[in-house]
Amino acid sequence: MMQIKPIFAALRRHKAGTVLISLQIALTLAIVCNALFIIQQRVTQLSQPSGLDEANVLRIQNQWVGKHSEAEYGPMVATDLALLRQIPGVVDAYSTNSLPLSQGGWSMGLSLKPEQRKSTAQTAIYFADDHALATLGLKLVAGRNFRADEIRPMPSKDTLRPSVVIVTRELADKLFPDGHAVGKPVYIVDRPSIIVGVVQRLQTPWPGVRWGNTSSTLIPLQLLTNGTNYVVRTRPGQLETVRRAAPAALLAANRMRVIPDDGGVMSFAQIRADTFASDRGMAILMAVICVVLLAITAAGIVGLTSFWVGQRRKQIGVRRALGARRSDILNYFLTENLLIGIGGVVLGVVMAYGLNLWMVTRFEMAHLAAQYVLAGVAVLLLLGQGAVLAPALRASKVPPVEATRSI
Amino acid sequence: MFAYYLQLGLRSLCRNPVLTGLMIIAIGFGVAASMATYAVFQAVSGNPIPGKSSQLFTPQIDNWGPNQGRSDGSLPDALTYTDVKALMSANVATRQAATYPVSLSLIPSDPRANAMVANGYATYADFFGMFNVPFLYGSAWPSSDDARHGNGVVISRKLNQRLFGGTDSVGKVLNLDGNDYRVAGVIDHWNPRPRFFDAANGSGFAGEPDFYMPFTRAIDLQIETSGNNNCSGGPVASGWSGWLQSECVWLAYWVELPDAAAVQRYRSFLTGYAANQQRAGRFGWAPRVALSDVQQWLDIQRVVPPETRVSLLVSLGFLVVCLVNTIGLLLAKFMRRAPEIGVRRALGASRSEIYRQFLLEAAAVGLAGGALGLLLTWFGVLGVGLVFERDIARLAHLSPALVALTILVAVIATVVAALYPTWRAACVQPAWQLKSN
Repeated sequence: MMQIKPIFAALRRHKAGTVLISLQIALTLAIVCNALFIIQQRVTQLSQPSGLDEANVLRIQNQWVGKHSEAEYGPMVATDLALLRQIPGVVDAYSTNSLPLSQGGWSMGLSLKPEQRKSTAQTAIYFADDHALATLGLKLVAGRNFRADEIRPMPSKDTLRPSVVIVTRELADKLFPDGHAVGKPVYIVDRPSIIVGVVQRLQTPWPGVRWGNTSSTLIPLQLLTNGTNYVVRTRPGQLETVRRAAPAALLAANRMRVIPDDGGVMSFAQIRADTFASDRGMAILMAVICVVLLAITAAGIVGLTSFWVGQRRKQIGVRRALGARRSDILNYFLTENLLIGIGGVVLGVVMAYGLNLWMVTRFEMAHLAAQYVLAGVAVLLLLGQGAVLAPALRASKVPPVEATRSI
Repeated sequence: MFAYYLQLGLRSLCRNPVLTGLMIIAIGFGVAASMATYAVFQAVSGNPIPGKSSQLFTPQIDNWGPNQGRSDGSLPDALTYTDVKALMSANVATRQAATYPVSLSLIPSDPRANAMVANGYATYADFFGMFNVPFLYGSAWPSSDDARHGNGVVISRKLNQRLFGGTDSVGKVLNLDGNDYRVAGVIDHWNPRPRFFDAANGSGFAGEPDFYMPFTRAIDLQIETSGNNNCSGGPVASGWSGWLQSECVWLAYWVELPDAAAVQRYRSFLTGYAANQQRAGRFGWAPRVALSDVQQWLDIQRVVPPETRVSLLVSLGFLVVCLVNTIGLLLAKFMRRAPEIGVRRALGASRSEIYRQFLLEAAAVGLAGGALGLLLTWFGVLGVGLVFERDIARLAHLSPALVALTILVAVIATVVAALYPTWRAACVQPAWQLKSN
């Protein structure tokens, strides 16, 4: 502590270098804090469970070819599902409009009264049947599954009027905060639908939607359109076999269909990877930038400190000759760096929050959490000390005889 | 003298290899990071239809009202069938076309071949003239086909290659979803990115559409949209005709308005139309309409993914840190040579000579950094696919312009960074240096 005053005096003679190092530390801190924060947000989003038995679920996109009346689609889909369920390795199968994380689907507002102006909660609508829960591996926490006699066909442009629905727990809690959702009516359009069951978790097709990540509703209707998704659950370890066998069996049974070559048959793991590809990439990019940035800042500190050590060899020699120990010299440089570092991080904290605030307004990002700033401060101060160690050790090895040399 | 200084500069690169190496690496990484992200940014934020983007407009009409509408108060981003019919028949603009995406199956004549899906648009004949679509063979279907609900079709070069072996197929017949269509024209490569006319469906960077068919016929055949369909509140009548009459928005609508007067006329026409709907009792609220040109529409639809902007920003910040770092290192490098400068100055070199020498030396460092940056940019562009969607990543590549820009940015940035250290070098007092020696 005794040394701080002379350090300040010396720093005043190296204003440019001091300012440059602290500015670099400040900028690095601002960028690293925000980058770490973005990484954390992306990773949280991509690691949320969908509620499905993800390892064993497969989606097959099917588009019918040729002229068909809507009434024909129902039996055609039923035939396909019966066929799929018989393939060895298949646990169960059903047909639907959409799956969690698939980024395309149907959303509606749910109301508690028929004439309500603003709906009570927004929900994703999944067309389903009595096989849906078993196929997806959803956990029923209250009520019951759909019965086979509740499943109805629905022409594609008809009004959504299911007699019964199954909702997720998040949605049930939003609609009925008292916890008793089963048996109560909700209104999708104009007719009441009775909640018969509550499942623990089922994500919506759109990860990160503001109105509720797992606010989903299953309805016992079979949408009659020329395109549908078959969802198949396989026995553990059989996914790859079924992935090859299922489309071949479907095409063998009826050629008048298209299963797209590109993404027509996808495992849920692939759907997840596709949906979060840019989030994962963003996290990787940020991580790489952070590492390189820290390395460059460390390199800058090493470079400038080495230069200072070279410049001050004579002064160091004089100090040593006057009785300073090696550890005094070492401490001098470490303390000097710490002072510059503290100056840098103070400025950096301000810049980090400023940058975040700007990104909040421009890119709708969340507010920076304090622990990222604290972690960044700690990392940069330690980095500075680590970077300065080598030149400082070299400085401490300057012999006292240096004082007598002219250069 | 220039050549001599450059030579001196290159030689001094080797003098403090560690310091120089650090500088080159810092510049290289900084430039590469910003160039790779800039390549992506440029690819996604370019003008999809330069020269005409300010004459093309898309209207929005508030048909949902304050209660059923969006919570943030924004207008619906597509139109209802009712409104499109009315705007089309009013015929106020120079050219006008409604569009919606359709996905139909293509049944090959060979019975053993599997069917395939073709993606296209249902639209009006004006579409092709309005968007300057280049034709390889034939032309758009005659506008009488729009009125007659005719079966003309315009196909892409790729589909023409696949179905007709690339020959002039005008007049030939193809079968989509069980219906026959007659080829009116074959489009040469045309795929504006971002696809502004279908931005509301999020297909901004998708591959080239396969075909275009008359809107009126698609409606007759009850072909559904393969894009979004947003209905807000209220009971929806059943069946196809009920859907057409509903307040569901699913149609894009574009008009060509050649000058400001035409834009003004169209604006007042839109407001008048909405006011009429209010008087007729369909809208229970005051008219609320908007008219956006291509760039405004792309902004409203947020077509440029936020990732590209954030990463461009982060990379620019990164470049700034690298430059601050370079200033520091150059300062160390130059000041180490204070004795040498003192000697040169004492021997009669002017300050401007010192400036020239050291700035050139910095340029040499920048050149080396740029070379490394080029290599890293190349890796970066290859790695772009990791960060951005495949459709977008495909757009970014190392073009000659990007190569030139990389080198230029590296050299200019380094010279700018060298200004302060050079000034310090030029301030060296020769007498003081000579005395201490």
